[in-house]
Amino acid sequence: MIPVEFDYKKAISVEEALEALSSGDSKLLAGGYSLIPAMKLRLNQPSMLIDIGGIASLKGIEEEDGQIIIKAGTTHNDILNNDLIKTHLPFFHEAASMIGDVQVRNRGTIGGSLAHADPAADWPALVLVAEATIDVVGTGGKRNIKAADFFTGLFTTALAENEIITAIRIPIPANGSRMVYLKFENPASRFAVVGCAVLRSSDKKTTIAFTGVADYAFRDTAAEQVVSGKILDTNTIADAMNAAVYGVNVLSDNFASEDYRRHLAKVYLKRALQAIA
Amino acid sequence: MTDHQPDDNNSEGLDESRRDFLKHSSLLTAMALTPSTVLKAASSQWDERLAGAFEKISLSLEVNGTKHSLAIEPRVTLLDLLREQLALTGTKKGCDYGQCGACTVHVDGRRVLACMSLAVMQEGRKVTTIEGLAGGDTLHPMQEAFVKHDGLQCGYCTPGQIMSAVACIREGHANSAEEIQEYMSGNLCRCGAYPNIVAAIMEVKKEGKKL
Ligand SMILES: Cc1cc2nc3c(=O)[nH]c(=O)nc-3n(C[C@H](O)[C@H](O)[C@H](O)COP(=O)(O)OP(=O)(O)OC[C@H]3O[C@@H](n4cnc5c(N)ncnc54)[C@H](O)[C@@H]3O)c2cc1C
Ligand code: FES
Ligand code: FES
Repeated sequence: MIPVEFDYKKAISVEEALEALSSGDSKLLAGGYSLIPAMKLRLNQPSMLIDIGGIASLKGIEEEDGQIIIKAGTTHNDILNNDLIKTHLPFFHEAASMIGDVQVRNRGTIGGSLAHADPAADWPALVLVAEATIDVVGTGGKRNIKAADFFTGLFTTALAENEIITAIRIPIPANGSRMVYLKFENPASRFAVVGCAVLRSSDKKTTIAFTGVADYAFRDTAAEQVVSGKILDTNTIADAMNAAVYGVNVLSDNFASEDYRRHLAKVYLKRALQAIA
Repeated sequence: MTDHQPDDNNSEGLDESRRDFLKHSSLLTAMALTPSTVLKAASSQWDERLAGAFEKISLSLEVNGTKHSLAIEPRVTLLDLLREQLALTGTKKGCDYGQCGACTVHVDGRRVLACMSLAVMQEGRKVTTIEGLAGGDTLHPMQEAFVKHDGLQCGYCTPGQIMSAVACIREGHANSAEEIQEYMSGNLCRCGAYPNIVAAIMEVKKEGKKL
């Protein structure tokens, strides 16, 4: 299908994009790989698209004060091929390699993925376990949103209508940390039916997050408590599996029923913990 | 064009009221759907044709080495621009939703899906389609290899496969059959010509020609 008519504006700076965003029901356009299909299905009918794909300050990856800063407009492929990411955040490298295919990775951006908050997207699980903060700017100024506070519902985030994500700040994990992202992928799109990310420091502090399992990606604090501070032996891993996904409203669709998805989540947690044990 | 003047002629009068009705009803639809351009056009009483022209945006891009300066509606995808307006029908529309890879083209040397990109996003960029690969009547080495290895049956996915295959080698991801399968995973073939496609890519890679 063809989208409903809209106006188009190419922004050359964040300020210009912000100004355009404050008028009417406009929407930001990054890679377009989530927004354009939604507009073709007419699930989204913005009256104006503001193309932020040409804003140079929204691209690139830097290291600063013990943090890796990924600018929002950086493509999955540029994250995949970046040396800072390979060195400090190897599981971001892994996750990038599992997103869609080369054509998707060449255009899709991390900022677009986080803002879109697809329940099956990969990046949400990673920013959650890495305890990243999401830098946003709006007409009212800048703020930093903790990843844990960012995802609020199905395709819904803490972003206000007129806010732009500018960067994702990820604290570099301490030396000796182990990290992994595993997913059971939809064989066609590669979106996560279940994705599990784990980050564990050498003093055994552990963060665990799931994507694909519920309306939005979440930290599994019950499972984290079971494994934090403990050696990852068979018993601890079994206890973590029992504790995981407790009280969560698990999704059910034609790829995986609720029971199967819950089971997959626990199995992927087991494999992830075994991988870093 | 001169303005439409109401007169006593019956048929003209009818025509006029029909025009008015169309204007009003399209204004109502416009309010329900809020495409701001239609609203603006209607409220400032432009002629529909004028509004149509105004909604278009100018776009300059290069396709297969030829520069084009066009006026285009923002909602036209790169795929529809290529096929419907530039008559480059080599690039195929399989799903139109990013899933099959039939519409794969190169933009500034990177393979992307033409159905997922708006034409207006390509301002100043260089697009290469399957038509831009061959040098006149001389096939591109990848095209030759597809012919030699029967890398197709119906051929519908083939332009996308070939564009992806060329990129796959250029990106340095054609070092084994497994790697080729992984890096060609965005291109589906309903006829299942996969083994022959892999064989064609392996051969071109082995020849080591600069692509
Ligand atoms: C075939 C296919 C397979 C895919 N497979 C996967 C997969 O395996 N895993 C996965 O995680 N994803 C997958 N995706 C999704 C892909 O990664 C998208 O590109 C991504 O989710 C959205 O990024 P984008 O830059 O294309 O955003 P767009 O589509 O341009 O925008 C998406 C939304 O984010 C908003 N937005 C964009 N940038 C910003 C910003 N800086 N600040 C605030 N709001 C912003 C837009 O307004 C829009 O609402 C797949 C997509 C396709 C088509
Ligand atoms: S037509 Fe573009 S991916 Fe199928
Ligand atoms: S040759 Fe028919 S779809 Fe590939």
